[in-house]
Amino acid sequence: MQDENARRVISVIVVNEASVLSRITDLFSGRGYNITSLTVAPIPESKYSRLTIVTSGSVRVSEQITKQLHKLIPVLKVYEHADLVEKEMALVKFPASENIADISALCSSYNGKIVNVGDNVVIAMVADEPKRIENFLKLINRYNPKEIVKSGSVALER
Amino acid sequence: MQISGAQMVIEALIAEGVDTVFGYPGGAIMNVYDEIYKQKSFQHILTRHEQAAVHAAEGYAKASGKVGVAMITSGPGFTNAVTGLADAYMDSIPLVVISGQVPMSLIGTDAFQEIDAVGISRSCTKHNYLVTDAHDLPRILKEAFYIASSGRPGPVHVDIPKDVTAQIAEFNYAIELNLETYKPHTKGNPRQIKKAMEAIAKAKRPLFYVETFMARGTLSYDDELLISMLGMHGSYAANMAMSETDLVIGLGARFDDRVTGKLSEFAKNAGVIHVDIDPASISKLVKADYPIVGDVKNVVKEMLESIALVNPSRYESWRETIKNFDELHPLTYHEDSQRLKPQWVIQRVGELLGDSANISTDVGQHQMWAAQFYPFTRPRQWVSSGGLGTMGFGFPAAMGVKVASPDKISINFTGDGSILMNVQELMTAVEKKIPVINIILNNNYLGMVRQWQTLFYNKRHSETDLSHQPDFVKLAEAFGGIGYRVETKEQFDAALRDAVERNIVTFIDVVVERLENVMPMVPAGGSLFNMMLLERGEKK
Repeated sequence: MQDENARRVISVIVVNEASVLSRITDLFSGRGYNITSLTVAPIPESKYSRLTIVTSGSVRVSEQITKQLHKLIPVLKVYEHADLVEKEMALVKFPASENIADISALCSSYNGKIVNVGDNVVIAMVADEPKRIENFLKLINRYNPKEIVKSGSVALER
Repeated sequence: MQISGAQMVIEALIAEGVDTVFGYPGGAIMNVYDEIYKQKSFQHILTRHEQAAVHAAEGYAKASGKVGVAMITSGPGFTNAVTGLADAYMDSIPLVVISGQVPMSLIGTDAFQEIDAVGISRSCTKHNYLVTDAHDLPRILKEAFYIASSGRPGPVHVDIPKDVTAQIAEFNYAIELNLETYKPHTKGNPRQIKKAMEAIAKAKRPLFYVETFMARGTLSYDDELLISMLGMHGSYAANMAMSETDLVIGLGARFDDRVTGKLSEFAKNAGVIHVDIDPASISKLVKADYPIVGDVKNVVKEMLESIALVNPSRYESWRETIKNFDELHPLTYHEDSQRLKPQWVIQRVGELLGDSANISTDVGQHQMWAAQFYPFTRPRQWVSSGGLGTMGFGFPAAMGVKVASPDKISINFTGDGSILMNVQELMTAVEKKIPVINIILNNNYLGMVRQWQTLFYNKRHSETDLSHQPDFVKLAEAFGGIGYRVETKEQFDAALRDAVERNIVTFIDVVVERLENVMPMVPAGGSLFNMMLLERGEKK
């Protein structure tokens, strides 16, 4: 089947209480589902948090994930959408000796900029669709990045 | 009123109508046990192992339909109880299990008898709580009972640190629960139900998938519409009917691997109606064409409203086909003049006690024979560990069954392997006068594993020979119970009659044929219609 390992994005709204994140991650590990990335933060002025989980699997597997997530007591809602606005952030550390102007120009075409300049290193930030972030990370290889950190996806259904 | 956390536990149990708590005290739960000492509203049954306390609560819950309650201490008390939690989780048994925990100030310090209990129980409970403030305790206990018993039932674990049971706070149990994230769906979708009924009306060979291993007794054994059990050790007729049906109507059953065999061949030409209160059970393994989320009781009531669509005479030839299957290979066994056959023992108990007994089992061959050959007549008559397959379940479960249902005889069919896994409960049964009759089908083997070794491992009987075993008669007597050793039919009848009369916990150690296999058998992963069958010979 062609969708056997399709990438899927699931949003989960949970009550923001102790150990709720472990309930979610235990469910994934216990049932053998993958987590490619996971982000979580409280929803402002509410008692809820929102998780964005990027996973992969067939339609059947993702249906099961959605249902099993629903079964957890502190889970309010689960969305599995194809139609999402999805963004990811990356921070990259470059040697200060690299061509900062070039890096800066590249960043700006990926929704980013230089955010910190030190004696030995500069740190750049980009925030864009996950595919474009991947692309960006390929392009910057020539500037000898020293360290890369990605945030994982956050997403909202349209 | 302002009371301690420990008192709150007692008050909540009373408010929930709990009449029996199975448990075992220890350091971290002592505040609660001090309050148990002072109260007279419910009985506490001290088991001799925490695992047995949880299994007893399971047996109690299954026989009574109420929530079973077990209480244990922190650390090893809790870890001993984990098997019980997992067992209840797999078989959807409503339990509230309350454990003590080290004081809040010591959590995370590797304190004496400290273990991350909620971390461990998370994956084997429906829900769990670590109570960090006595103010939350009334709400949490009320939620625990509600969650355990509603929707798809299951065990809920409440872990309470020792300082929280000592803390004084306001207790008000009349609070309204507001679980906005937990709302079980009990009423089926009327449009789906209508469609399902139309499918039934059109079907030529419909089959209700109801009388599963777990659900023995849902229909009485003599109901002419009951085929028999389905699955790995199901009857030929049931498995063939499932293979040839054109419409499976699954009511609250979960299409597990022991029932379906090879999935791609399961009910291959059939549409599937699947009614279940747990949406995650629907289309998990077998894709449902008519998924209906709801309580089976409500859904069936609503289905009956369009029963006029269905013309029963339409299915006569299908019934005939199934009858022929059953005549071709009925569920039976060969008699032996030398040694008792385990199947005979089950049938004989059925003849002598029938409806007057509740039946529990341990796990293994005896369990399958009991499911195959006992004449069940009613729901809640049958208590067995189906999902987890927990050896050691039967005896404590049968104690819980007896406590819940004192007017019925409580039988535990067990094996010479299983019985040793909670044999210490003889002491509980003697002390509390719980007259469970344990019928040990003794073949000096871990019989089911031995059967697989015989069939699939070229008779290499690795570590399954139990030639060394205790004198079960003396063992029962050592605790103050009664033991019988039985080798003939006459001895068995006499022992069973005596056991029923004596009204005290007994072991009936029945020497049975050593190498008997459970048949039919669908090898694991095989197709239902490819059964190994009883070899032809002289039938009973």
